[in-house]
Amino acid sequence: MAQEHAAPIHGEDEGTTTGLNHRKMLMWAFLGSDCMFFGSLIATYLVYQGKSLEGPLPIDVFDIPVTSISTFVLLMSSMSMVLAYSALTKNNMKGFRIWMISTAIMGATFIGFQVYEFSSFANHHVEIDCVSPGELTKYEQHIFDDGCSSGEAHAESHEGLKPQTNLFGTTFYTLTGFHGAHVTLGIVWLLSLLLLSFKKGVITPEKNLDVDLAALYWHFVDVVWIVIFTVVYLFGVFPGF
Amino acid sequence: MSQELSAKEHTGHPTAGQYFRIAVILCAITAVEVGIFYLEFIGHWMIPILFTLSACKFALVAMYYMHLKFDHKLFTYMFVAGFILAAFVISLLLLLFGVYS
Repeated sequence: MAQEHAAPIHGEDEGTTTGLNHRKMLMWAFLGSDCMFFGSLIATYLVYQGKSLEGPLPIDVFDIPVTSISTFVLLMSSMSMVLAYSALTKNNMKGFRIWMISTAIMGATFIGFQVYEFSSFANHHVEIDCVSPGELTKYEQHIFDDGCSSGEAHAESHEGLKPQTNLFGTTFYTLTGFHGAHVTLGIVWLLSLLLLSFKKGVITPEKNLDVDLAALYWHFVDVVWIVIFTVVYLFGVFPGF
Repeated sequence: MSQELSAKEHTGHPTAGQYFRIAVILCAITAVEVGIFYLEFIGHWMIPILFTLSACKFALVAMYYMHLKFDHKLFTYMFVAGFILAAFVISLLLLLFGVYS
Protein backbone atom coordinates (compact mmCIF):
# COMPACT_ATOMS: atom_id res chain seq x y z
CA MET A 1 0.00 0.00 0.00
CA ALA A 2 1.44 3.35 -1.02
CA GLN A 3 2.40 5.69 1.77
CA GLU A 4 2.50 9.42 2.04
CA HIS A 5 4.96 11.25 4.22
CA ALA A 6 3.05 13.60 6.48
CA ALA A 7 3.79 14.25 10.15
CA PRO A 8 5.38 11.33 11.95
CA ILE A 9 3.82 8.73 14.19
CA HIS A 10 5.16 8.91 17.71
CA GLY A 11 6.91 5.86 18.89
CA GLU A 12 10.58 5.69 18.07
CA ASP A 13 13.78 7.39 19.17
CA GLU A 14 12.24 9.21 22.10
CA GLY A 15 15.42 9.25 24.19
CA THR A 16 14.11 6.51 26.48
CA THR A 17 15.63 3.16 27.40
CA THR A 18 13.60 1.38 24.75
CA GLY A 19 13.76 4.26 22.31
CA LEU A 20 9.97 4.34 22.39
CA ASN A 21 7.63 6.95 23.80
CA HIS A 22 6.65 5.96 27.34
CA ARG A 23 3.11 7.30 27.11
CA LYS A 24 2.46 5.40 23.92
CA MET A 25 3.99 2.28 25.44
CA LEU A 26 1.71 2.71 28.47
CA MET A 27 -1.33 3.05 26.22
CA TRP A 28 -0.50 -0.20 24.41
CA ALA A 29 0.05 -1.94 27.77
CA PHE A 30 -3.33 -0.63 28.90
CA LEU A 31 -5.01 -1.83 25.69
CA GLY A 32 -3.40 -5.25 26.16
CA SER A 33 -4.77 -5.41 29.71
CA ASP A 34 -8.18 -4.22 28.51
CA CYS A 35 -8.15 -7.15 26.07
CA MET A 36 -7.96 -9.42 29.09
CA PHE A 37 -10.72 -7.48 30.84
CA PHE A 38 -13.12 -7.88 27.92
CA GLY A 39 -11.85 -11.43 27.40
CA SER A 40 -13.04 -12.31 30.91
CA LEU A 41 -16.45 -10.71 30.32
CA ILE A 42 -16.86 -12.48 26.96
CA ALA A 43 -15.78 -15.78 28.55
CA THR A 44 -18.35 -15.33 31.33
CA TYR A 45 -21.05 -14.59 28.77
CA LEU A 46 -20.14 -17.73 26.79
CA VAL A 47 -19.91 -19.94 29.87
CA TYR A 48 -23.46 -19.00 30.90
CA GLN A 49 -24.88 -19.01 27.39
CA GLY A 50 -27.87 -21.33 27.16
CA LYS A 51 -27.96 -21.84 30.94
CA SER A 52 -30.75 -19.37 31.70
CA LEU A 53 -33.68 -21.11 33.35
CA GLU A 54 -36.24 -18.67 31.99
CA GLY A 55 -36.54 -16.15 29.16
CA PRO A 56 -36.32 -13.82 27.42
CA LEU A 57 -33.36 -15.33 25.59
CA PRO A 58 -31.17 -13.80 22.84
CA ILE A 59 -33.42 -15.06 20.05
CA ASP A 60 -36.40 -13.31 21.69
CA VAL A 61 -34.86 -9.87 22.02
CA PHE A 62 -31.99 -9.37 19.58
CA ASP A 63 -32.72 -7.25 16.53
CA ILE A 64 -29.79 -7.95 14.19
CA PRO A 65 -30.62 -5.27 11.55
CA VAL A 66 -30.66 -2.53 14.23
CA THR A 67 -27.40 -3.75 15.78
CA SER A 68 -25.84 -3.98 12.31
CA ILE A 69 -26.60 -0.28 11.80
CA SER A 70 -25.01 0.66 15.13
CA THR A 71 -21.99 -1.50 14.21
CA PHE A 72 -21.74 0.36 10.90
CA VAL A 73 -21.86 3.70 12.76
CA LEU A 74 -19.03 2.65 15.09
CA LEU A 75 -16.89 1.42 12.17
CA MET A 76 -17.43 4.74 10.40
CA SER A 77 -16.46 6.61 13.58
CA SER A 78 -13.13 4.79 13.48
CA MET A 79 -12.57 6.02 9.93
CA SER A 80 -13.55 9.53 11.03
CA MET A 81 -11.08 9.34 13.94
CA VAL A 82 -8.20 8.29 11.74
CA LEU A 83 -9.03 11.09 9.30
CA ALA A 84 -8.98 13.58 12.20
CA TYR A 85 -5.49 12.39 13.13
CA SER A 86 -4.42 12.51 9.50
CA ALA A 87 -5.74 16.09 9.14
CA LEU A 88 -3.87 17.15 12.29
CA THR A 89 -0.56 15.75 11.06
CA LYS A 90 -1.05 17.74 7.83
CA ASN A 91 -1.67 20.93 9.84
CA ASN A 92 -5.29 21.05 8.70
CA MET A 93 -6.83 22.19 12.00
CA LYS A 94 -10.24 22.87 10.49
CA GLY A 95 -10.37 19.36 9.07
CA PHE A 96 -9.15 17.97 12.38
CA ARG A 97 -11.98 19.66 14.30
CA ILE A 98 -14.63 18.62 11.79
CA TRP A 99 -13.55 14.98 11.90
CA MET A 100 -13.29 15.05 15.69
CA ILE A 101 -16.85 16.38 16.00
CA SER A 102 -17.98 13.80 13.46
CA THR A 103 -16.33 11.01 15.48
CA ALA A 104 -17.90 12.19 18.74
CA ILE A 105 -21.35 12.46 17.10
CA MET A 106 -21.07 8.93 15.68
CA GLY A 107 -19.92 7.66 19.09
CA ALA A 108 -22.92 9.36 20.68
CA THR A 109 -25.16 7.82 18.02
CA PHE A 110 -23.81 4.39 18.89
CA ILE A 111 -24.58 5.05 22.55
CA GLY A 112 -28.06 6.22 21.52
CA PHE A 113 -28.58 2.89 19.76
CA GLN A 114 -27.41 1.08 22.88
CA VAL A 115 -29.78 3.04 25.12
CA TYR A 116 -32.64 2.27 22.71
CA GLU A 117 -31.66 -1.40 22.67
CA PHE A 118 -31.40 -1.70 26.46
CA SER A 119 -34.72 0.10 26.84
CA SER A 120 -36.49 -2.12 24.31
CA PHE A 121 -35.03 -5.24 25.95
CA ALA A 122 -36.11 -4.11 29.42
CA ASN A 123 -39.63 -3.39 28.12
CA HIS A 124 -39.81 -6.48 25.92
CA HIS A 125 -43.44 -7.40 25.45
CA VAL A 126 -44.78 -10.65 24.04
CA GLU A 127 -48.36 -11.18 22.87
CA ILE A 128 -49.37 -14.54 21.42
CA ASP A 129 -52.58 -15.41 19.62
CA CYS A 130 -53.75 -18.64 21.29
CA VAL A 131 -55.72 -19.75 18.21
CA SER A 132 -52.93 -19.43 15.65
CA PRO A 133 -49.68 -18.92 17.55
CA GLY A 134 -47.36 -19.60 14.58
CA GLU A 135 -43.75 -20.58 15.14
CA LEU A 136 -42.78 -19.99 18.76
CA THR A 137 -39.45 -19.75 20.53
CA LYS A 138 -38.87 -21.67 23.75
CA TYR A 139 -39.74 -18.60 25.83
CA GLU A 140 -42.85 -17.85 23.77
CA GLN A 141 -43.92 -21.49 24.06
CA HIS A 142 -43.66 -21.16 27.83
CA ILE A 143 -45.91 -18.06 27.75
CA PHE A 144 -48.29 -19.88 25.40
CA ASP A 145 -48.49 -22.90 27.72
CA ASP A 146 -49.12 -20.72 30.76
CA GLY A 147 -51.55 -18.23 29.21
CA CYS A 148 -53.54 -20.28 26.72
CA SER A 149 -54.32 -23.29 28.90
CA SER A 150 -57.38 -21.64 30.44
CA GLY A 151 -59.11 -20.89 27.12
CA GLU A 152 -57.90 -17.28 26.77
CA ALA A 153 -57.75 -15.71 23.28
CA HIS A 154 -54.33 -14.15 23.92
CA ALA A 155 -51.36 -14.87 26.15
CA GLU A 156 -48.96 -12.09 26.99
CA SER A 157 -45.93 -11.26 29.07
CA HIS A 158 -44.43 -7.93 30.08
CA GLU A 159 -41.45 -9.46 31.85
CA GLY A 160 -38.73 -7.86 29.73
CA LEU A 161 -35.00 -8.53 30.01
CA LYS A 162 -33.31 -6.88 32.97
CA PRO A 163 -29.93 -7.67 34.55
CA GLN A 164 -31.65 -9.64 37.32
CA THR A 165 -34.01 -11.55 34.97
CA ASN A 166 -31.69 -14.43 34.12
CA LEU A 167 -28.04 -15.33 33.47
CA PHE A 168 -28.26 -14.05 29.91
CA GLY A 169 -29.47 -10.65 31.15
CA THR A 170 -26.74 -10.41 33.78
CA THR A 171 -23.84 -11.33 31.50
CA PHE A 172 -25.18 -9.44 28.47
CA TYR A 173 -25.74 -6.13 30.29
CA THR A 174 -22.40 -6.41 32.10
CA LEU A 175 -20.46 -7.01 28.88
CA THR A 176 -22.20 -4.49 26.63
CA GLY A 177 -22.60 -2.01 29.50
CA PHE A 178 -18.85 -1.94 30.11
CA HIS A 179 -18.27 -1.50 26.40
CA GLY A 180 -20.78 1.36 26.36
CA ALA A 181 -18.97 2.93 29.33
CA HIS A 182 -15.70 2.72 27.36
CA VAL A 183 -17.33 4.44 24.37
CA THR A 184 -18.79 7.15 26.63
CA LEU A 185 -15.37 7.78 28.16
CA GLY A 186 -13.94 7.96 24.64
CA ILE A 187 -16.50 10.59 23.63
CA VAL A 188 -15.58 12.72 26.67
CA TRP A 189 -11.89 12.31 25.79
CA LEU A 190 -12.47 13.34 22.15
CA LEU A 191 -14.52 16.39 23.12
CA SER A 192 -11.84 17.42 25.63
CA LEU A 193 -9.21 17.27 22.89
CA LEU A 194 -11.48 19.21 20.58
CA LEU A 195 -11.81 21.99 23.17
CA LEU A 196 -8.07 21.94 23.85
CA SER A 197 -7.40 22.36 20.13
CA PHE A 198 -8.79 25.91 20.40
CA LYS A 199 -6.11 26.76 22.96
CA LYS A 200 -3.01 27.94 21.16
CA GLY A 201 -0.08 25.57 21.07
CA VAL A 202 -1.69 22.68 22.98
CA ILE A 203 -2.57 20.49 20.01
CA THR A 204 -0.45 21.08 16.96
CA PRO A 205 0.83 18.91 14.10
CA GLU A 206 4.09 18.54 16.07
CA LYS A 207 2.30 17.76 19.36
CA ASN A 208 -0.04 15.08 18.08
CA LEU A 209 0.62 12.39 20.69
CA ASP A 210 -2.47 13.23 22.77
CA VAL A 211 -4.66 12.73 19.71
CA ASP A 212 -2.74 9.60 18.70
CA LEU A 213 -3.40 8.03 22.12
CA ALA A 214 -7.10 8.96 22.05
CA ALA A 215 -7.32 7.49 18.54
CA LEU A 216 -5.75 4.23 19.72
CA TYR A 217 -8.32 4.01 22.52
CA TRP A 218 -11.17 4.76 20.12
CA HIS A 219 -10.08 2.10 17.63
CA PHE A 220 -9.74 -0.36 20.48
CA VAL A 221 -13.40 0.06 21.51
CA ASP A 222 -14.20 -0.49 17.84
CA VAL A 223 -12.30 -3.81 17.65
CA VAL A 224 -13.88 -4.96 20.91
CA TRP A 225 -17.30 -4.28 19.39
CA ILE A 226 -16.33 -6.27 16.27
CA VAL A 227 -15.84 -9.28 18.56
CA ILE A 228 -18.98 -8.61 20.64
CA PHE A 229 -21.14 -8.20 17.53
CA THR A 230 -20.06 -11.59 16.20
CA VAL A 231 -19.84 -13.60 19.42
CA VAL A 232 -22.79 -12.15 21.33
CA TYR A 233 -25.24 -11.04 18.67
CA LEU A 234 -24.72 -13.22 15.61
CA PHE A 235 -23.80 -16.40 17.50
CA GLY A 236 -26.43 -15.52 20.14
CA VAL A 237 -29.33 -16.12 17.81
CA PHE A 238 -27.69 -18.93 15.85
CA PRO A 239 -29.53 -22.11 16.90
CA GLY A 240 -26.50 -24.40 16.77
CA PHE A 241 -24.20 -22.32 18.94
CA MET B 1 8.30 13.57 28.17
CA SER B 2 8.26 15.91 25.24
CA GLN B 3 5.75 15.44 22.51
CA GLU B 4 8.10 17.04 20.01
CA LEU B 5 9.04 14.97 17.06
CA SER B 6 12.43 13.60 16.33
CA ALA B 7 13.89 13.39 12.88
CA LYS B 8 14.27 9.63 12.86
CA GLU B 9 10.69 8.76 13.74
CA HIS B 10 8.51 6.65 11.58
CA THR B 11 6.65 8.73 9.01
CA GLY B 12 4.61 6.22 7.02
CA HIS B 13 0.86 6.91 7.01
CA PRO B 14 -1.81 5.56 4.74
CA THR B 15 -3.52 8.32 2.76
CA ALA B 16 -7.07 9.51 3.45
CA GLY B 17 -8.18 7.57 0.38
CA GLN B 18 -6.64 4.39 1.74
CA TYR B 19 -8.37 4.92 5.09
CA PHE B 20 -11.64 5.31 3.21
CA ARG B 21 -11.04 2.13 1.20
CA ILE B 22 -10.39 0.21 4.43
CA ALA B 23 -13.65 1.58 5.85
CA VAL B 24 -15.47 0.35 2.73
CA ILE B 25 -13.90 -3.11 3.15
CA LEU B 26 -14.92 -3.16 6.84
CA CYS B 27 -18.50 -2.25 5.96
CA ALA B 28 -18.56 -4.83 3.16
CA ILE B 29 -17.36 -7.55 5.55
CA THR B 30 -20.05 -6.54 8.08
CA ALA B 31 -22.69 -6.69 5.34
CA VAL B 32 -21.43 -10.16 4.33
CA GLU B 33 -21.57 -11.27 7.98
CA VAL B 34 -25.18 -10.17 8.33
CA GLY B 35 -26.05 -11.65 4.92
CA ILE B 36 -24.47 -15.02 5.76
CA PHE B 37 -26.34 -15.01 9.04
CA TYR B 38 -29.64 -15.32 7.14
CA LEU B 39 -28.44 -18.17 4.88
CA GLU B 40 -29.72 -21.17 6.78
CA PHE B 41 -28.25 -23.77 4.39
CA ILE B 42 -24.72 -22.89 5.57
CA GLY B 43 -25.51 -24.60 8.88
CA HIS B 44 -22.64 -25.06 11.29
CA TRP B 45 -20.13 -23.68 8.78
CA MET B 46 -21.50 -20.32 9.82
CA ILE B 47 -19.43 -20.26 13.02
CA PRO B 48 -15.94 -20.59 11.42
CA ILE B 49 -16.98 -18.28 8.56
CA LEU B 50 -18.15 -15.55 10.95
CA PHE B 51 -15.06 -16.04 13.12
CA THR B 52 -12.81 -15.59 10.09
CA LEU B 53 -14.64 -12.50 8.85
CA SER B 54 -14.57 -10.99 12.34
CA ALA B 55 -10.83 -11.70 12.63
CA CYS B 56 -10.25 -9.98 9.26
CA LYS B 57 -12.06 -6.86 10.49
CA PHE B 58 -10.13 -6.92 13.75
CA ALA B 59 -6.81 -7.23 11.90
CA LEU B 60 -7.62 -4.45 9.43
CA VAL B 61 -8.49 -1.97 12.20
CA ALA B 62 -5.46 -2.94 14.30
CA MET B 63 -3.00 -2.87 11.39
CA TYR B 64 -4.12 0.25 9.54
CA TYR B 65 -6.24 2.41 11.84
CA MET B 66 -4.15 1.66 14.93
CA HIS B 67 -1.00 1.87 12.78
CA LEU B 68 0.46 -1.39 14.12
CA LYS B 69 1.63 -2.22 10.61
CA PHE B 70 3.75 0.94 10.55
CA ASP B 71 4.73 1.33 14.21
CA HIS B 72 7.49 -0.30 16.20
CA LYS B 73 7.01 -4.08 16.58
CA LEU B 74 7.14 -3.86 20.37
CA PHE B 75 3.71 -2.21 20.38
CA THR B 76 2.36 -5.11 18.35
CA TYR B 77 3.89 -7.62 20.76
CA MET B 78 2.36 -5.85 23.78
CA PHE B 79 -1.10 -5.81 22.27
CA VAL B 80 -0.95 -9.31 20.83
CA ALA B 81 0.33 -10.66 24.19
CA GLY B 82 -2.78 -9.28 25.91
CA PHE B 83 -4.98 -10.61 23.13
CA ILE B 84 -3.48 -14.10 23.25
CA LEU B 85 -3.78 -14.18 27.02
CA ALA B 86 -7.44 -13.14 26.72
CA ALA B 87 -8.08 -15.88 24.15
CA PHE B 88 -6.31 -18.36 26.45
CA VAL B 89 -8.48 -17.30 29.42
CA ILE B 90 -11.66 -17.65 27.34
CA SER B 91 -10.63 -21.12 26.09
CA LEU B 92 -9.69 -22.33 29.57
CA LEU B 93 -12.90 -21.03 31.15
CA LEU B 94 -15.00 -22.70 28.47
CA LEU B 95 -13.06 -25.93 29.01
CA LEU B 96 -13.38 -25.66 32.79
CA PHE B 97 -17.14 -25.19 32.61
CA GLY B 98 -17.56 -28.02 30.15
CA VAL B 99 -18.93 -25.88 27.33
CA TYR B 100 -17.11 -27.98 24.70
CA SER B 101 -18.71 -31.17 25.97
